[in-house]
Amino acid sequence: MNQLSAISPELLIASVMVASTPILLAALGELVVEKAGVLNLGVEGLMIIGAVCGFAMAVITGSVFVGAVAAMVGGAMLALVFAFLTQYLLSNQVATGLATTLFGLGLASLIGKPFIGERPPPMPRLQVEFLSDLPFIGHVLFSHDPILYLALLLAFLVWYFLRYTKMGLVLRAVGENHDAAHSIGYSVRLTRLAAICFGGALAGLGGCYLSLVRVPQWSEGMTAGAGWIALALVVFSSWRPLRLVLGAWLFGGVTVLQLNLQAAGVGIGVAYLSVAPYVVTIVVLVLISLNRSQRLLNAPACLGRSFFITS
Amino acid sequence: MLRLEARAQPSALMQTAAPLLALAATVVGGGILFLILGKNPFVSIRIIFWDPLFDASLVSYTRPQLLVKAAPLIMIALGLSFGFRAGIWNIGAEGQFVMGALAGSAVGLALHPLEAFWILPLMVLCGIAGGIAWAMIPALLRVYFRTNEILVSLMLVYVSYRILTALVTGPLRSPIGYNFPESRSFHDNPSMHNAELWSGTGIHIGILVAGILVVVCWYVMRRHLFGYHVNLMGQSNKVAGFAGVRINLVIICCLGITGALAGAAGVFEVTGPAGKLSPHFPVGYGFTAIIVAFLGRLNPIGILFAGLLMALTYIGGELAQFILDAPAAAIQVFQGMLLFFLVAADLLVNYRVKLAVPGGLFKPRPAESDAGGKST
Repeated sequence: MNQLSAISPELLIASVMVASTPILLAALGELVVEKAGVLNLGVEGLMIIGAVCGFAMAVITGSVFVGAVAAMVGGAMLALVFAFLTQYLLSNQVATGLATTLFGLGLASLIGKPFIGERPPPMPRLQVEFLSDLPFIGHVLFSHDPILYLALLLAFLVWYFLRYTKMGLVLRAVGENHDAAHSIGYSVRLTRLAAICFGGALAGLGGCYLSLVRVPQWSEGMTAGAGWIALALVVFSSWRPLRLVLGAWLFGGVTVLQLNLQAAGVGIGVAYLSVAPYVVTIVVLVLISLNRSQRLLNAPACLGRSFFITS
Repeated sequence: MLRLEARAQPSALMQTAAPLLALAATVVGGGILFLILGKNPFVSIRIIFWDPLFDASLVSYTRPQLLVKAAPLIMIALGLSFGFRAGIWNIGAEGQFVMGALAGSAVGLALHPLEAFWILPLMVLCGIAGGIAWAMIPALLRVYFRTNEILVSLMLVYVSYRILTALVTGPLRSPIGYNFPESRSFHDNPSMHNAELWSGTGIHIGILVAGILVVVCWYVMRRHLFGYHVNLMGQSNKVAGFAGVRINLVIICCLGITGALAGAAGVFEVTGPAGKLSPHFPVGYGFTAIIVAFLGRLNPIGILFAGLLMALTYIGGELAQFILDAPAAAIQVFQGMLLFFLVAADLLVNYRVKLAVPGGLFKPRPAESDAGGKST
């Protein structure tokens, strides 16, 4: 067990922030989608499409930023299919979400086939004259890539948007009671369409963070359930963006810790340790569901229900 | 413009027609997909849908394979259909399939090198128990803590993959397998081998069981009180509760049935067509079965046909790989597309699509838009 001391707290915290970014981005997108009253179970598919689109475009163009934009466009486009089916063809959201995931996983392996074994261009990192050189804090806080900071900024912006802007209010109204929102003249469909596309773009960005920064490589099924963990995270956060950040850090922490324990060679099998993030997700879901009253208070009332204009 | 009108009753005609429409749309969409991949779309579609059934040089291989691939899909989808009807979304059948196979194999391997007629049946029973046990985790969490069963059951799929890897690199690794992450081959041991019953037909016991289960499930769904309760819950949890349905019991039963059937399918698969446990043993039957269940309209007879169709796309996809050098993932896209078209076609069951004629009898348009149209 003495190898445990080899784990440096500085590197540990820095890698927790990296590990939590993909799920934070995907979960932020899904939070907005769910606040608009739509349950999109296709996050896993959207993430992997983002991962492959971002990777492919980054390798082709040699620019990670083109890759990141391509990932967002890819995610938003697949989300648009989901949006069209659920909003205009009134399909069952659970079944359509599953279809999005299955289709996305297949399409991603198809697109990614020629890119297996390629290496993406490196993502630039923040380098501030004084701050990045600070002993502990510099490494932990001021030497990451721009997407990581963007994710944190987005968490704040989503919180502000939902809480203090008129459009945020409309979006929440649509999620709480779509009939009422419709009757006072807001377009339920367009609001939801926009929310779903935003969610798709963020899931795509989260996916490409995996393939461009975290891993960085393309392999089939590389999201390995990150999209589903993001969905669980939204429930965990009781639909609050800032609490989402804490949740993402928790999951990032568990992932990184089990990887570090594997590397340090504690006497537990690698396969058993790698179960940790999934088991923690289940445990957290159970703990959250114990506090039922608070969950019901925050859950959008129209979550998962189709909207049909009757008159 | 097209306009939707809610039907008073779901259309019975469309219930049957929607899957066929979706299939037709998928064939067209699949053709376009192969065209984009640079293959002749007509040849591709023929290779996937026609050749496995009727090409004289292939049928001796493909027809038995059709049954071999369809059986686990049908068994799992039958189990899923109960839950889906009741509004319980167990999407972790893949995990229950893997854990069933693991539990069954573990017992069989523990008894090695014993030879006895009861070993395979015992393995199947343990597989069923393993599948049920794995399904009880989301079931009990849902009943006692109201935890979302979608996320829990799905997370457990990833857990089951890791456990499989851990066991085949650890306790279940074959002592004569040169350290490969594999179990002993079940084919080498007659009492653990789920062999073909008639040579060249591909039919093993699991396929017969799947056939019998179709009839049993049809009976339970249509004629038995449990099937009625499941359907009632699907209509409305509240109504079912008032009518005296023990909702928690139905939830546990629905998940238990899926676990049992998926677990049994896992043992039949590992002792038969797969032959041994390895990290590559799960090929996603548990997820494809979700498509099968929907395509079959959650109806046992429909699931029978849907399972065969899905098996056909698997085999056709393999053929397309060999003959056309098409990527393996193309067939996965194909299956995903089918589910997309299916949920879209469902619109026709509950809604009528009407052509809204401008200035028509039933929906007079506002005057200004009319004037606007003429002035330009």
